[in-house]
Amino acid sequence: MPEHGTLSRDGSAMQKYGLLIAFVAICTVLSLRAPAFLTTQNAINVLRQISINAILAVGVTYVILTGGIDLSLGSVVAVTGVLAATFAHPDAYPLIVPLAVGILGGVLIGVLNGVVITRFRVAPFIATLGMMTIARGGGLIISKGRPVSNLSASFNSIGNGSLLRIPIPILILAGVFLVSHFVLRRTTFGRYIYAVGGNEEAARASGINTHGVKIASYAICAGLAGLAGILQASRITTGQPNAGISYELDAIAAVVIGGTSLSGGIGSVTGTFLGALLIGTLNNGLDLLNVSSYYQQVVKGLIIIGAVILDRQEHSR
Amino acid sequence: MEHRDCVLELQDVSKSFPGVKALDRVSIRFGQASVHALVGENGAGKSTLMKILMGFYTEDQGEILLRGRHLAHAGVRQALDAGISMIHQELMYVPHMTVAENTLLGREPASRFLGRIDRKEAHRQTKRLLRQVGLDLDPDRLMKDLSVAERQLVEIAKAISYDAKIVIMDEPTSSLSQHEVERLFRIIAQLKDRGVTVIYISHRLEEVFRIADEVTVLRDGRVIATSRACEVDTEHVIAMMVGRGLGDVFPKRTCRPGPVILSIRNLGRKDAFRDVSFDLRRGEILGLAGLMGAGRTEIIRCLFGLDRCDQGQILVYGKEVAIRSPADALRLGMGLVSEDRQITGLVPCLSLASNITLSNLSRCSWGPVVARKREQELVERMVGDLRIKSRSSDEMVANLSGGNQQKAVLAKALLGEPDVLVLDEPTRGIDVGAKAEIYRLMCRLADEGKAILMASSELPEVVGMSDRVVVLSSGMVTAQLDRDQASAETILRYAMAG
Repeated sequence: MPEHGTLSRDGSAMQKYGLLIAFVAICTVLSLRAPAFLTTQNAINVLRQISINAILAVGVTYVILTGGIDLSLGSVVAVTGVLAATFAHPDAYPLIVPLAVGILGGVLIGVLNGVVITRFRVAPFIATLGMMTIARGGGLIISKGRPVSNLSASFNSIGNGSLLRIPIPILILAGVFLVSHFVLRRTTFGRYIYAVGGNEEAARASGINTHGVKIASYAICAGLAGLAGILQASRITTGQPNAGISYELDAIAAVVIGGTSLSGGIGSVTGTFLGALLIGTLNNGLDLLNVSSYYQQVVKGLIIIGAVILDRQEHSR
Repeated sequence: MEHRDCVLELQDVSKSFPGVKALDRVSIRFGQASVHALVGENGAGKSTLMKILMGFYTEDQGEILLRGRHLAHAGVRQALDAGISMIHQELMYVPHMTVAENTLLGREPASRFLGRIDRKEAHRQTKRLLRQVGLDLDPDRLMKDLSVAERQLVEIAKAISYDAKIVIMDEPTSSLSQHEVERLFRIIAQLKDRGVTVIYISHRLEEVFRIADEVTVLRDGRVIATSRACEVDTEHVIAMMVGRGLGDVFPKRTCRPGPVILSIRNLGRKDAFRDVSFDLRRGEILGLAGLMGAGRTEIIRCLFGLDRCDQGQILVYGKEVAIRSPADALRLGMGLVSEDRQITGLVPCLSLASNITLSNLSRCSWGPVVARKREQELVERMVGDLRIKSRSSDEMVANLSGGNQQKAVLAKALLGEPDVLVLDEPTRGIDVGAKAEIYRLMCRLADEGKAILMASSELPEVVGMSDRVVVLSSGMVTAQLDRDQASAETILRYAMAG
């Protein structure tokens, strides 16, 4: 029985249950209007479609929990995709190389973000806004403005293949989610993330290395964006310097809908995943009902605002 | 009450929050031109009652009559318009705005034409208001740069400037020292002469009996009694507050000082303090006394690594150490209970358990993973030891009462089993019962061989608890007194010297 009025750091019970209820309601309505909705194949489609956004959203949850924000996600997806693709030509390097380059490239960008924000005290919004343009430019430089194609089959299979009849992106998403859930709920590092987001001064007075925690959160976020970049490039079998435009907004939308507070300290990756699932399911359903994607955008925006209003009502009790 | 006009009357006011009945049919009559004190333990309902008067909450049941007419307001603006103003216990100010902007918030002198704010006029008005509380500050300073005591005085200046007929003061002296308290009492007397009713909420019974005409005792949301102050005494009131008698609040102990564990030599920080030296021995309670601005909290912050010192040395067991961050201080075996628990002590959205273990997660974790069972055991032991009252240790710490929050900060500091415990205003905003528990605890820790440094602005506390006292004035040490030399008058004299 959810206790209303008891906010825990996972976001209010009502919000989590509310999210679940909304999700079930939407699924019910859609299954009645579009017969193709409630099938295994469609479910797999939905999960595959949200996988990249969900991975980004899980990554940025770390950052938002510490009270920060990362607007450079989309650009990181592009530049790491291009970077990985550059090393993924057939018979050029073993598969591990483009994967490592992509993810570590992301991690490096995240560390840079974190250092600028903590050491140089630049507001996260501004710092990552700048990085958004820098990374985008970086991607264009590396690719010389042209898509990087002709990629090895093994690389392409990451985004397009399946293991035991489950598409690989879904497996990767599951892994990212489970590990993140564990880290944030059961490890000391996870506890520190919530503490820094909840009250940075008190966290510092408790002996926590607040700068280190924040830099780590940005590094993880951008590293996961690098993973998403690899998935993206693999999916379209091209390292596309123009990939990922507006991806950060969709990711942050999922996080907010999932109940994580933008001021930090409250939220969970479960909520984020549910948020991404909600948006993805709605998009999928509207597609099946042949609703124009323009309307889908409006719907998404309304959900975001609605979720925040609900959140405010819980907080102001 | 017959012979004085009743200006405000509460009839059977009740208010509930999820899970707790905060007020249960409270009926009180407040007379005009009188100082009416409201006392009670933490959680008794005092702040809730005042917040209803001020329009923050609405009562569930009951009537509030202002000068005989039903008072129904939907917000603070209406309360202010109705002639009620309040000085809050948890100071309400905008940190990044200036003193002037905060003081005149909502009634800035502005031209009628475009609403443009007249800054010069605002500056003048603010300076005048601040002078009334004896504060000589530049109104253009930012609120966040002031000390806690200065902020409290600004809040007081703001509240009394509203020309209100009823002024509510919720723990107005918690950050003030004796000198400032006297000034506040003078202001209260002036208000009384002007016909204002002052509702005075405080844990400090000595103050209450000095200033109040009437006293109402609340316990568990109910009124136990309302009496004229001259008809009751401290013992009586305490008994009503806790429902039982209380022995002497300050435990008697013999101090058996051990070796010197911590030495401060010529410590200095620009604009805060200079040339501060003293020793702290194991098994002793060292009191750090002084007026507002004397530098007590600043010294403690440097000691704990929250701020950097410009000069001087800190020695542990004779060896010089560098404390550059709280992590260093914790490693050296220090624990801190800070002055401002909301800012430096607790993370409000985390649970009680998480807060208590935050500094010492390594004690209940296997490597990077938190060991929930071990954490639970440690937390339960602490909660039991300190008698922290909460529904469960998973409850969000922001939901606890002030006194229990303070105990939580203490629990957090003690979990690391520190050799040196530094307390800054350890019993601020805590009721008598909890205070006694904390004093007993401090003595027990000292007897176990810990070194305790206690900074406090409450003279009775300093006199009652300290084995030795270091007195500060304007950032310098003016005296180091032994227990038998440290009387309230002596300490005050040195606190005002230089």
